Amino acid sequence: MNQRRSWPLPRAAHGLRMARVLLSTQYAYMLEYRAEIVLWALSGVLPLIMLGVWSEASAAGGPEATGGLGAQALGRYFLSAFVVRQFTIVWVIHSFEEDTLAGRLSPYLLQPLAPVWRYVTAHLAEQITRLPFVLAILALVFLIHPASAWLPSPPRLLAALVAIPLAFALRFAIQWILTMLCFWTERAAALERLMYIPYLFLSGLVAPLEAYPEGVRAFALATPFPWMVHFPAQLLAGGEVPVARGFVALLLWTLVLAPIGWMGWKLGMRRHSALGA
Amino acid sequence: MAMIHARGLGKTFRVADKQPGLAGTLRHFLQRRHRDVSAVRDVSFLVEPGEVVGFLGPNGAGKTTTLKMLTGLIHPSSGSVEVAGFRPQRRQADFLRRITLVMGNKQQLIWDLPPLDSLRVNAAVYGIDDAEAQRRIRELSEMLEMGEELTRPVRKLSLGQRMKAELLAALLHRPDVLFLDEPTLGLDVNAQARVRSFLAQYNRRYGATLLLTSHYMADITALCPRVLLIHEGSLMHDGSLAELTTRLAPCREVRLELREPLPAAAFAAYGTVEDLQGRAVRLLVRRERLTASVARLLAELPVVDLEVREPPIEELIGQLFRREPAP
Repeated sequence: MNQRRSWPLPRAAHGLRMARVLLSTQYAYMLEYRAEIVLWALSGVLPLIMLGVWSEASAAGGPEATGGLGAQALGRYFLSAFVVRQFTIVWVIHSFEEDTLAGRLSPYLLQPLAPVWRYVTAHLAEQITRLPFVLAILALVFLIHPASAWLPSPPRLLAALVAIPLAFALRFAIQWILTMLCFWTERAAALERLMYIPYLFLSGLVAPLEAYPEGVRAFALATPFPWMVHFPAQLLAGGEVPVARGFVALLLWTLVLAPIGWMGWKLGMRRHSALGA
Repeated sequence: MAMIHARGLGKTFRVADKQPGLAGTLRHFLQRRHRDVSAVRDVSFLVEPGEVVGFLGPNGAGKTTTLKMLTGLIHPSSGSVEVAGFRPQRRQADFLRRITLVMGNKQQLIWDLPPLDSLRVNAAVYGIDDAEAQRRIRELSEMLEMGEELTRPVRKLSLGQRMKAELLAALLHRPDVLFLDEPTLGLDVNAQARVRSFLAQYNRRYGATLLLTSHYMADITALCPRVLLIHEGSLMHDGSLAELTTRLAPCREVRLELREPLPAAAFAAYGTVEDLQGRAVRLLVRRERLTASVARLLAELPVVDLEVREPPIEELIGQLFRREPAP
């Protein structure tokens, strides 16, 4: 061969450059779909709707009806849940299913980069695109209801800024496990809808965990769901929350579930290699 | 050392068998039946570094399945394969850096962004520094006669421009081994010719090995001194296109225009009369007797014009594929 090969960059620098380029390219791609992303951001206002419902309940029955949370605490909780939800949305199962069915997975498999990183950076780029719209929605809410405006304390804000990406990682790990079923069924995304029900009710999206009976709350806390929404939302809202336990739960669940997703990928690839693209 | 070495390569797929209609659907739902379909059977061949080899066969012959085994996308059910000294199914990064697969009906470019964005990603993934990537993009785009297409969104490019951009993206890391599955599919004649000339140039410049499937015989005749013919999963020919033509068509067609009409019996000594229309005659003459027969025809008959024709390769291969499958 008369060709010259560029010597591969040192491993860490190579990884950083890949991350930077993938992120900026995916960001450019997401900007092409900014109108769609606005609609997605608006469609995530469920916590704001629930705020209206729970505010009514609180007004009618007092803080006892809402697990001891007053109107202000409820407002802050649901606004925080809205923010957390916006930055922990995961749709990898839909992209992966589409890519598998359309045969787009093959070109990814022929490059020296695990395909999962393309999906991770696509999600991160979408979150960056989403950020200004989320801030605009928050600003609008604060403008309409100035009483609901607040600023979290710096330690709580810092903790939330760490907890939200961890919550995203956990949510991604859970959905990645289901995504791997795309290797066995053409409609794995339907299974994600089943998973959405416990996520909705146990994560704290429709009601703060404080409003649940003791038994239900204990059950919820034994699952990964509340750590993905309720925990970071309460960190932002300034509510009572077991900070150390929350971070340990997030890390432990991710450390348990991510290897299952990795095994799913290995098994899936074995099947894919046997059956073809 | 051979660049590609396939030994007794075989691939069997298990496919679900479903009868039509409601009864068939219910039966399929309650008790699935499967059958094994042999897509590739005992295929062995060697490809030397720098060779350009055409892979011929009708739809469903096993060409794409073989290419997928050679690139590691699927694992063989039997036999073994080595490409550039690697076992493709292990998909090691060093192996992936040395190969590429271009599929005419699939794309790797990001649809809504200009090709340059996809090229930036590929440069990062393959660890090519920015300056070197720019140099390669310039070089390859010159070879492909590309210009401002690189900065236009992929969705706005014509099919030919898109394929050229796909080739650029697939070759940015300068692979040693190129697997090309129908790279000219759907392109107009000019675009096909440009892609062909680019591939020939790439092979000459970088000494790359090419294994190419195409339904356009022009691609094969222009690029491939050697062809592999696969049918019903089995390798039927491994050699030059000329050898294949000889094998498939032992006779050549001789067209004569005579000064005056002659009876069919007058041509019996030279070959088999295929058509006789007044002064125009078409004869089939065995290749080994062609020179002698032509010399005798010119010397012994009142010939005004004589033309020797090679039967078109497409026709010969088409005839072959219409026959019974090989044992």
